[in-house]
Amino acid sequence: MTFAVEPTFWTAFLQQTIDGLAFGALIALIALGYTMVYGIVELINFAHGDVFMLGGFLALTVLVLCGLEGLGVDQNRIKLDDLGLWAKAGLIALCLLLAMPFCGAINFGIDYMVYRPLRTAPRLAPLVSAIGVSFILMNVGLFWGGAQDVNFPKLVSDDNLLPADTGLRLTAKNAMVFGVTVPLMIALTLFVRFTKLGKAMRATAQNPTAARLMGINTDAVIGITFAIGGALAGAGAVVFALDVGTISYTMGFQNGLYAFTAAVLGGIGRIPGAVLGGLIIGLVRYYGSAYVGESWTGALIFGILIVILVFRPTGLLGSPTREKV
Amino acid sequence: MPPPARKPFGLSWEGGIFLALLLYPLFPMFERGLFAATGRSLGEQLPLVFIFALLAYGLNVVVGYTGLLHLGIAAFFAVGAYTAGIFSTAAYAFQWPFWVVLPLGALAAAGVGLLLGAPTLRLRGDYLALVTLGFGEVTKFTLKNVVGITAGSQGLSPINPPTDHPAWSDDFRPFYYLTLGVLILAALLLRNLERSRLGRAWIALREDELAANCMGLNPAKLKLAAFALGSGLAGLAGVLYATRLTSTADPNAYDFNRSIFLVCCLIVGGLGSRLGALLGVMLLVGFDNILTPIIDGAIQQQFPDAGGKIFLTFTGWRLAVFGLALILMMRFRPEGLFPSSRVKHELHPDEAVSEPVEPITMGKTTGEVAAIDGGKA
Repeated sequence: MTFAVEPTFWTAFLQQTIDGLAFGALIALIALGYTMVYGIVELINFAHGDVFMLGGFLALTVLVLCGLEGLGVDQNRIKLDDLGLWAKAGLIALCLLLAMPFCGAINFGIDYMVYRPLRTAPRLAPLVSAIGVSFILMNVGLFWGGAQDVNFPKLVSDDNLLPADTGLRLTAKNAMVFGVTVPLMIALTLFVRFTKLGKAMRATAQNPTAARLMGINTDAVIGITFAIGGALAGAGAVVFALDVGTISYTMGFQNGLYAFTAAVLGGIGRIPGAVLGGLIIGLVRYYGSAYVGESWTGALIFGILIVILVFRPTGLLGSPTREKV
Repeated sequence: MPPPARKPFGLSWEGGIFLALLLYPLFPMFERGLFAATGRSLGEQLPLVFIFALLAYGLNVVVGYTGLLHLGIAAFFAVGAYTAGIFSTAAYAFQWPFWVVLPLGALAAAGVGLLLGAPTLRLRGDYLALVTLGFGEVTKFTLKNVVGITAGSQGLSPINPPTDHPAWSDDFRPFYYLTLGVLILAALLLRNLERSRLGRAWIALREDELAANCMGLNPAKLKLAAFALGSGLAGLAGVLYATRLTSTADPNAYDFNRSIFLVCCLIVGGLGSRLGALLGVMLLVGFDNILTPIIDGAIQQQFPDAGGKIFLTFTGWRLAVFGLALILMMRFRPEGLFPSSRVKHELHPDEAVSEPVEPITMGKTTGEVAAIDGGKA
């Protein structure tokens, strides 16, 4: 199949699809944290988006400490152009290795300090507390990075990896997004399906009381679930920062809501659902800005959230559940 | 059992506060003294407090009485404000008088509430919270984007004042009494409603929807009524807000932060309590508009070079203070600072209560047996 060099409708459409899938894979990574936590304690962890945001700032701080240029700091810093491919890849790996445990630890700490004491409280209490935690983390981000958008070093280029005569662009950034997100999702799926801990998670999600009676330390399992969700958000933050190029203390709110929409769309509590939902949200965002208008994409995504909740609250892959009495 | 709390001059606390607020403008020395001390006019600030208190009353009907978490009340506030904008600015042919626009704004917001509520109110608690949040965001984006109707980020202006009398713009008192009057009327309405069949049904629904349904109540209709009334009060507040600003303002004035601010007011004050809604708004608006500028001014005087560092300003800590307040309230005092006796009893079933409350159990808590014993323990 060959495409004309002039952008036709179909090449443009295919281009939106590539970009949308890349953004969607990123959103899916954040959505996984929401869906795992909701699946196990039925809590919308509003703070999840802000854990993601803090991961971005940690990655930035790591790069600054490594002596990278940018951020308007002093001379004598390492120039991006001087770095080879492997050095850049090493820096990205370092960011991931530090951001993932960092965000996992924050999310675990939030659960331990804030949500665990409210396990038996009315449902409104942890939800409102989650909003409170989100505020505090946003304030931390504000102090960490300031009120303005901060530039993130461009470690990954925008170079096209596809031959020019296709008229399509698959940038190195897109490849990096897929290269980080897809293995993580596969690893998570395998972990939940085939390890003992994964089995304990599924058991706790299904019936916490019965799981406890079977000798599962449900509090620990819930804590680990929070930690894994946070670690995925940390990886997502590094990828997001590299892909978009700027980070700010408010980025957690918007992307967190997109990710939550993705989780609900796919069927909350279901891991493949979060991935499917994320990809759909990514496509909607790029098709929306191409064919409806950039400024409408936010309204479009939240519109989808409302429509899905009204007509199919269990999401695309979820099965209908009875309300627990 | 301790004796019931003393009430000042036979009035309830709420009545006493309203009386003090009614009398406040009659003693200009307070106004002058406060202005001299703090450099800001309380008489100018209070109408804004009344408007937000009205909005909090509306939200309280949905969240406090009926127990539905609503995270998009600002959207209905916006519907009221933009109704005022469309029907009273020169940009449109209507230019109706204020007294027509005021109820119209409430009706429009209630109508939108019904439209949103009808398909969504059967959803579970946290899903409903998301729908309202999503609706609030969609409303904000729409207001920003349909520039032809809403004038985008400029906002519609100028909105006609209720009268052309020069005193309207020179003196704070006409608007003060207008907003306070509307607020007191709303408080009276809600007081009677709380005691009515409808109000009791809402509370039954909040406490146990399944049981309420089994007793023959229709949850869908009740929730819809709460949604319509709450949205209507929010719309009323929106018209007053736009009238005060003489503009609908930027659509960002009606974003998620506004909604969540109101939720914070209710939680700090006490869900389901009118006094709590009023005092919660006073506390938080006072924190934002009076305490924060004063402390910031003091810091600025003490450390003149602190301005460049955001963590050396009090404003910089605002989010953390609000967040911490929410978490601590939920953990240690979920009934709020000024709770209604029923909510307090629900959350602390084993404590003695000063007023008799029918024993009610909460779904998940382990205190069910104690709750059935009522206030005996």
